[in-house]
Amino acid sequence: MLRVAALIAAKDLRIEVRSKVVTNQVLPFAAIVMVMFAFALDTDEVVERVAPGLVWLATLFSLLILVQRSFAIETADGATDAMRAAGVDPAGIFLGKAIALAAQLAVLEFVLLITAVVLYRAELHAGGVVLLVTTFVAATCGLALVGTLYGGLAAGVRGRETLLPLLLLPVVAPVLIGATRATEAALGTRGALVSDGWPWLGLLVVFVALFGVGGTLAFGPLIEE
Amino acid sequence: MAVTQNQITNTAADGSANAVVDRLEPRGHSQRRGATGTPFTFALGVATIVSMAVLVLFGLFLSPADVTQGESVRILYIHVGTVWIAYVAFGVTAISSGMFLWKRTSSLVWDRIAGASAEVGVLFMALTLFAGAIWGRLSWGKFWVWDARVTTTAFLFITYVGYLAVRGLGGSHQQRGRRSAVVALLAVLEIPLVHFSVRLWRGLHQEASVAGTTKVKLENLMLFSLFVALISFTLLYVWLVMHRQRVLAMQDTLDDKGLDFALAARRAETEPVLESAEDV
Repeated sequence: MLRVAALIAAKDLRIEVRSKVVTNQVLPFAAIVMVMFAFALDTDEVVERVAPGLVWLATLFSLLILVQRSFAIETADGATDAMRAAGVDPAGIFLGKAIALAAQLAVLEFVLLITAVVLYRAELHAGGVVLLVTTFVAATCGLALVGTLYGGLAAGVRGRETLLPLLLLPVVAPVLIGATRATEAALGTRGALVSDGWPWLGLLVVFVALFGVGGTLAFGPLIEE
Repeated sequence: MAVTQNQITNTAADGSANAVVDRLEPRGHSQRRGATGTPFTFALGVATIVSMAVLVLFGLFLSPADVTQGESVRILYIHVGTVWIAYVAFGVTAISSGMFLWKRTSSLVWDRIAGASAEVGVLFMALTLFAGAIWGRLSWGKFWVWDARVTTTAFLFITYVGYLAVRGLGGSHQQRGRRSAVVALLAVLEIPLVHFSVRLWRGLHQEASVAGTTKVKLENLMLFSLFVALISFTLLYVWLVMHRQRVLAMQDTLDDKGLDFALAARRAETEPVLESAEDV
């Protein structure tokens, strides 16, 4: 299973590196969303206060695009069917695609965080770095797992572009809440303390564990038809 | 009534839908009139109407107005009844989905019960949110509060709207069943997490705004009215789901056999014409 996962992840990442869709389209999209937030929220103080939430909102919007993209490359040439016919372990496919998605999300989030520091004047503190990094890792894993699960469900059916956000956004709400609060704590937004962030990190870890197990089990029945 | 619904669904599930067609055809007009009704659902429907009338009587006339909330307390008889049914409906959907996925009990009947129950649940969840918003405006002066329970309810609503969208994706019945069953079970994972995270969010940022103020001391007559509401809404739920499940079964049969029906009908139409053409 793990070998399959590694192969699938390497394949997906190789496709992304060569096609440059993520760097040329998704990253600029995320950046323009960040600028649009600043237009909509107007004042500096407001933007500074809500910067962590905006980073995660922009991540969620980009996640929708990344997930569509991740499964578009599978369904385009009937690759999923081919893998199924070849008897590839569905759990391996699930984990592999989730790993590739997590890697892309990590790059994206890093860029968004830098953008927040530059545009929204978010400040990084040495004391909050551990919390910040663990929060980003946990949230990235959670988003990648859930995104892959629902992406696999919506892949290959008519109207998937409109269905995916409807299914995915309610599910990732806990990640948005948890990751935003933990990031606020790590950055000290609104005078939040770093110690306030740890319960939220716990929430993210529970989310990752639940959907890691649930997704591995459910992905097979979802794609084999 | 020549064919009971169980026979139809069983034969349809076996795949020998031809038998269904043969049995359905001779029934002609009588089939159209009471297609999903049985004596049991008829009795259930009558009981529902009677209990609803009793609820109106108690809820609007016999029960007293509340000391602090005034007349607006009467909305709660609807609100509590609908939210109770919505939760029951989503619970039934989850259990039926599990039954469908479990190999030993797998049958499209479970899938249809899950779908019918979710449809009714979404309807009642919408009514819950609607009645709750009106009540909130009257009692708190605002339609919406970011309370954990209220927010979770809204998420439940959206989640099951998504579930119904998944059911409508098309494909074979088995495909629909498996896909939607997995989504229904994932919703069971998701909802407690959403509730927990929203509670944590509100808990850390401001005092829970509802829990303290809604502890209404219920008078006996109010409690009885609430009881009547729960019973009549439960009857309504069972009645709706039974009918809806049967309609869904018929839709599946129609999907399977609709084309054959149409072809047979065309052939039956054209044959006499051909004969008469030969005569000329």
